[in-house]
Amino acid sequence: MAMTQLKADVTGSVWKIVTSAGQALQPGDTVMILESMKMEIPVIAEDGGTLVELHVAEGQAVSEGQVLAVVRE
Amino acid sequence: MPLFNKVVVANRGAVAARVLRALNAMGIRSLALYSDADRHAPYLELASETAHIGGAPARESYLNQDRLLEVARLHHVDGLHPGYGFLSENAGFAQRVENAGVRFIGPSPRWIDAMGHKTRARSLATQHGWPVGRGSDVLAGDPADVLRAADEIGYPILVKPAAGGGGIGMLPARSPAELLEVVERAASMAERGFASHEVYLERLVERPRHVEVQVLGDRHGHVAHLYERDCSVQRRHQKIIEEAHAPEMPRERIAPLLTRIQQTLSSLGYDSLGTVEMLLAPDGEFRFLEMNTRLQVEHGVTEEITGVDLVQAQVRCAAGASLGDVLPEAIRSNGHAVQARVYAEDPKRFLPSPGTLTAFLPPKAPHIRIETGYRAGMDVTPHYDPLLAKVIAWAPSRAQAIDRLRDALDDFAIAGVKHNIPALSAILDSEEFRRGDVHTGLAMQVVNRQKAEATQEQGKAWQ
Repeated sequence: MAMTQLKADVTGSVWKIVTSAGQALQPGDTVMILESMKMEIPVIAEDGGTLVELHVAEGQAVSEGQVLAVVRE
Repeated sequence: MPLFNKVVVANRGAVAARVLRALNAMGIRSLALYSDADRHAPYLELASETAHIGGAPARESYLNQDRLLEVARLHHVDGLHPGYGFLSENAGFAQRVENAGVRFIGPSPRWIDAMGHKTRARSLATQHGWPVGRGSDVLAGDPADVLRAADEIGYPILVKPAAGGGGIGMLPARSPAELLEVVERAASMAERGFASHEVYLERLVERPRHVEVQVLGDRHGHVAHLYERDCSVQRRHQKIIEEAHAPEMPRERIAPLLTRIQQTLSSLGYDSLGTVEMLLAPDGEFRFLEMNTRLQVEHGVTEEITGVDLVQAQVRCAAGASLGDVLPEAIRSNGHAVQARVYAEDPKRFLPSPGTLTAFLPPKAPHIRIETGYRAGMDVTPHYDPLLAKVIAWAPSRAQAIDRLRDALDDFAIAGVKHNIPALSAILDSEEFRRGDVHTGLAMQVVNRQKAEATQEQGKAWQ
């Protein structure tokens, strides 16, 4: 079972988390939405799976490359 | 006539600097505001007084209405300029400012309110004979009604937030099969972005041009237009290159529209600076998009061809001056102006790129104007929009203006953040842009072509 780390594309903050740990994800589902410079950037589980770890909370500042969540395929 | 004793600029960055320069030129005292992130911002040096208003996130500072009103009271200001963005189109805030005895330098709150709701603005435009494309009212819940409304309009459809604007939260639907789901998604985005789930339908225009009309009204029932701009070059529905006049636009085609808009707004008593945005479909028909009741980011290109300082004119009209005293008798235009917005973002993926500006050296050349809120050493924070600078070039002809802008962008030294100058340059160099064949898909078309070429080059290198 492959584990995929979802990382932040940009430095910004976590605007909204739209899933919860343990949830099943379809390929392409949005896990959370980051906000940077007035732009919303969705964090997407490309291959789907199960969300096993959530490393951040809403409102938290994140840096580019930071691991946000882990998905088990 | 005395204008204002002291005006507070309720904004930051490039637009704060722009408004402060206008106030200084008119000899009006000014108050500039800063959040924790803007403590050392250069625009503060242009103001007579400064005040700290809160934390870096905009809702704690530039969107914090109570704090802004408190600061206005403590500093005894009699005017407030909202700039653009933030609270510039918030009717409730404008009313609170006026209730506090401070003149809101913008239109009356009723105008902000009327134009802020998109279907109400559309019906006002329809009533007055402006060209308006097919569309629906705000959708009620019944799916059968939604599908029927869409059938009457015809596909493809664009689902838009009624309380929105600026191209945010719009979703296309190409068939009845996907319509209901798209409406649901758009409503949820609208709720998050604009605190209103109201959405409506419009016929989606493919490859349109974006043409807009600059107007200025005084508080005595006079309105003038200051010609049009073309703002078709966009990414994610946000403008990146703007120009005046619109290219490849015979005067006889645009003149009736300019006159109609000026006459309507005059008869209705529009009373400040504003912009009427139109889509121009490939079939040659104009369609009303929305009206922005504020200063626009791209006002500079109009200033360059008309010689009118729009911010000074706006402030004078807000103080009660008559349009006849503010504008020349006949507003003439001379030459062509093009503006490029330099953003801190990845030029390929258009994602924001915050960081520290280790180098920031804007170009200096004849007929090149720079509007910026930054200097070397400053942080570009994730809290605000990614605009680093506007570069505006004027020349007698469009081709020369593009050349000047292109050279200026080449000479712009920026390090420490990714920026979009490579994408801007590629667009300015493209044959389509050069010949005035602009539309809202052009920016992505050029960037994708560049990517394809780069991939091809890589392929050759490996062979």
